[in-house]
Amino acid sequence: MTRHIRGGGPLVATLAATLALTACGAGGRDSSDGEAAADTPGVTDDTVTIGGTFPLTGVAAPGYSEIPTGAQAYFDYVNEQGGVHGRQIDYIVKDDGYNPTTTSTVTNELVLKDEVFATVGSLGTPTQASVADYLNDEGVPQMMVSSGSLQWGDDVENRPMTFGWQPDYESEGKIIGQWVAENMPDAKVGLFLQDDDLGEDAEKGVRQYVDDQIVAVERYTSGNTDVAPQVSGLQAKKADLVLAFNTPSYTALSQLVALKTGYKPQWFYANIGSDPALVGSLLERFSEGAVDGDSTALDGVMTTEYIPGVDNPEDPWVQLWQKVWDEHGEDGELTNYRIYGMSQAYAFVQALDAAGEDLTREGLVEAVEEGGTDWDGPQLAPFRYSADSHMGISGMRILELEGGKGKPLTDVLVTDIGDAEITTDDSGSADDAPPENGVPTS
Amino acid sequence: MRDRITAVRRNVLARHLFLALVGLLVVVVVVESISDYRNTQLASMAYLGIAAGGLTVLTGTNGQLSLGHGALMAIGAYTSALLLPDSDSSLPLSLVILAAVAVTLVVGAAVGLAAARLHGPYLAGATLALAVAVPGIALYFKETLGGEQGLRVVMPDIPVWVLDLAFFVTGQDLSRSRYTAYVGWLTLIVVFVLLANLSAGRTGRRWRAVRDDEVSAELAGIDLGRARVSAFMVSAAAAGAAGAILAFTVKLAAPSAFTLTLSLTLLAAIVLGGLGSLAGALIGAALLTFLPSVVTDVGRSAGLSDIQAAELAPLVYGLVMVAVILLAPAGIVGSLRGAVQRSATTRRTTSPTTTKGTAS
Repeated sequence: MTRHIRGGGPLVATLAATLALTACGAGGRDSSDGEAAADTPGVTDDTVTIGGTFPLTGVAAPGYSEIPTGAQAYFDYVNEQGGVHGRQIDYIVKDDGYNPTTTSTVTNELVLKDEVFATVGSLGTPTQASVADYLNDEGVPQMMVSSGSLQWGDDVENRPMTFGWQPDYESEGKIIGQWVAENMPDAKVGLFLQDDDLGEDAEKGVRQYVDDQIVAVERYTSGNTDVAPQVSGLQAKKADLVLAFNTPSYTALSQLVALKTGYKPQWFYANIGSDPALVGSLLERFSEGAVDGDSTALDGVMTTEYIPGVDNPEDPWVQLWQKVWDEHGEDGELTNYRIYGMSQAYAFVQALDAAGEDLTREGLVEAVEEGGTDWDGPQLAPFRYSADSHMGISGMRILELEGGKGKPLTDVLVTDIGDAEITTDDSGSADDAPPENGVPTS
Repeated sequence: MRDRITAVRRNVLARHLFLALVGLLVVVVVVESISDYRNTQLASMAYLGIAAGGLTVLTGTNGQLSLGHGALMAIGAYTSALLLPDSDSSLPLSLVILAAVAVTLVVGAAVGLAAARLHGPYLAGATLALAVAVPGIALYFKETLGGEQGLRVVMPDIPVWVLDLAFFVTGQDLSRSRYTAYVGWLTLIVVFVLLANLSAGRTGRRWRAVRDDEVSAELAGIDLGRARVSAFMVSAAAAGAAGAILAFTVKLAAPSAFTLTLSLTLLAAIVLGGLGSLAGALIGAALLTFLPSVVTDVGRSAGLSDIQAAELAPLVYGLVMVAVILLAPAGIVGSLRGAVQRSATTRRTTSPTTTKGTAS
């Protein structure tokens, strides 16, 4: 422990001198800030820099890490066509490993170091919640968060820069609940819920319609991979219809446990947990090959859909995505997660376009609030963007899965949070086709 | 002058205070000359450094292995978060840090009492259980502790006198990330001075005696349990302070920040830097803070895709770890120190008169 400092005096003197120099230099440095403030960060005459945080590594990475690759491919496609108002889109993706602490660090990096104009499509409820206030305080638009929590759109006053994108879990719960009440009034309903916003919001929605049909509610904590107690709980209460609001891993886990215990209810997985390809591969991995992992694994299961997916190769939007992926994608196939990223990127390009030539952060927010509900796009139901609500897509349709494909059971149903009625969508959003060149214009 | 310097060298406390002063000057110069983003990284390095410093005292000096320091940090962070719920809270940050330390100290005492009876793998197992269980508490008491989403930490406004002082000293307005970096590094300096003094004094000698040989320590009249519990408490207190700084930096206390990975990261920091050395803990913390972002940036500029660049960071981190253990088994500081001592010994054998006072 006896380290000796030789020549301590000169060292102190040097440091003091440096300090004094920094102090002198400070006066000059401040003056340049005034000019910089006039410009919008991340925007030049020919580029706009945006960023996003996603789990690229860790447990949440399978599936989710493909979303930014889809968005990147679409931005590359738009850039090749000349960009938006002559600006090339530079998209910076950071890994947060689905850890809110890391999200905070890398978002700091995006805002302070990379000086992004906005964050776009950043993923996750706990992760984005950790930076929502920071981004709003800094005035950085938090565009189109990849999560169905209500908090991205229901509190415009406190979070004026935050926008949702996908349908919220409460609306999804309502639509599913009403359909069950009308079509399966005798079913004994069991709920299988992730114990966070996802499960809570969805339960609120479902209970509006089937409160008296519910015989069992089971919750699991994300990260705990043993769901046998929950599935047995549903089985013990003799639930014959299970409405499950969970992430894809837990679809696979719950299916495996049900196979083991011989529990055969009608399963209804919310959109977030029902990608047949991913669930199939997870099933095969978790069961170490005992269960065949092709996409027929979820046959007969019901779910919902709000953008067309890979099971619909004739859909004009999917054809556009296929073309974009073939031209600009990385290795690997076009997947539903990549389509998700592209659909989101499409909406952001619409927003950029609507914000006009003189791009500012406030201008972007205003443009989305004013025109967002009328945008054509891959979404089956229109956005709810307005000055009072920043909620995303307003509805979805219910499907039954058959050989990895979805067979529609309903028209597109739209609603909103709270008491809003559920109606059949008449805006024609589901029937529009992309423009010729695949780039939206206002 | 020369006599006074020699006197300062002899006096442990004076030497540590002098080092702290130099450290403070370096911190001011560095913090003022780098960007806001680098300052948030510095703040991260500060909390990792504080926690690693506490752990290195426990593991290196007292020979107890803890896999639960991440959980102790969580206690510090949640305490801070509960004390700073909104912008109206007028509690000064120094009191928040002290409160975090106090609460963690109490928990540390309880765990330390149990840990003092355990050895080797059993101790590792017990502290591992702590690391796994504590984040679960936050999930269970969702109403008060915020569940998966965690608790937001609202930093109070920077006190006016601090702003004035900062402007007086540096001539620049103090930005929030600079402020956080200062708070973090001031805490680090205070904690390190205290830790260094403890290790250098009687308490430290007892800890080392217990580590080296229990029987002879006991024969020398040292109460084994007491020495172990005190080491654990000191180490826990440091972890509590680190948790508070983490909360200030990240502005969030969420269970996912305090997984087992954090505890293992701290352990990795002290192994990389060199067990038992505070400087080593700091070097380890620096590596863990800066290595991932540097590697990811290098990967991206080398043309890798975002996913590949993100995957590169843990790979390089693993390789560095393996390389350090193979090439410098005593850690970076330990091996450097060994090398310096070896060259000093060689010099001494050639010219014994010139080396007076160099070797320890």
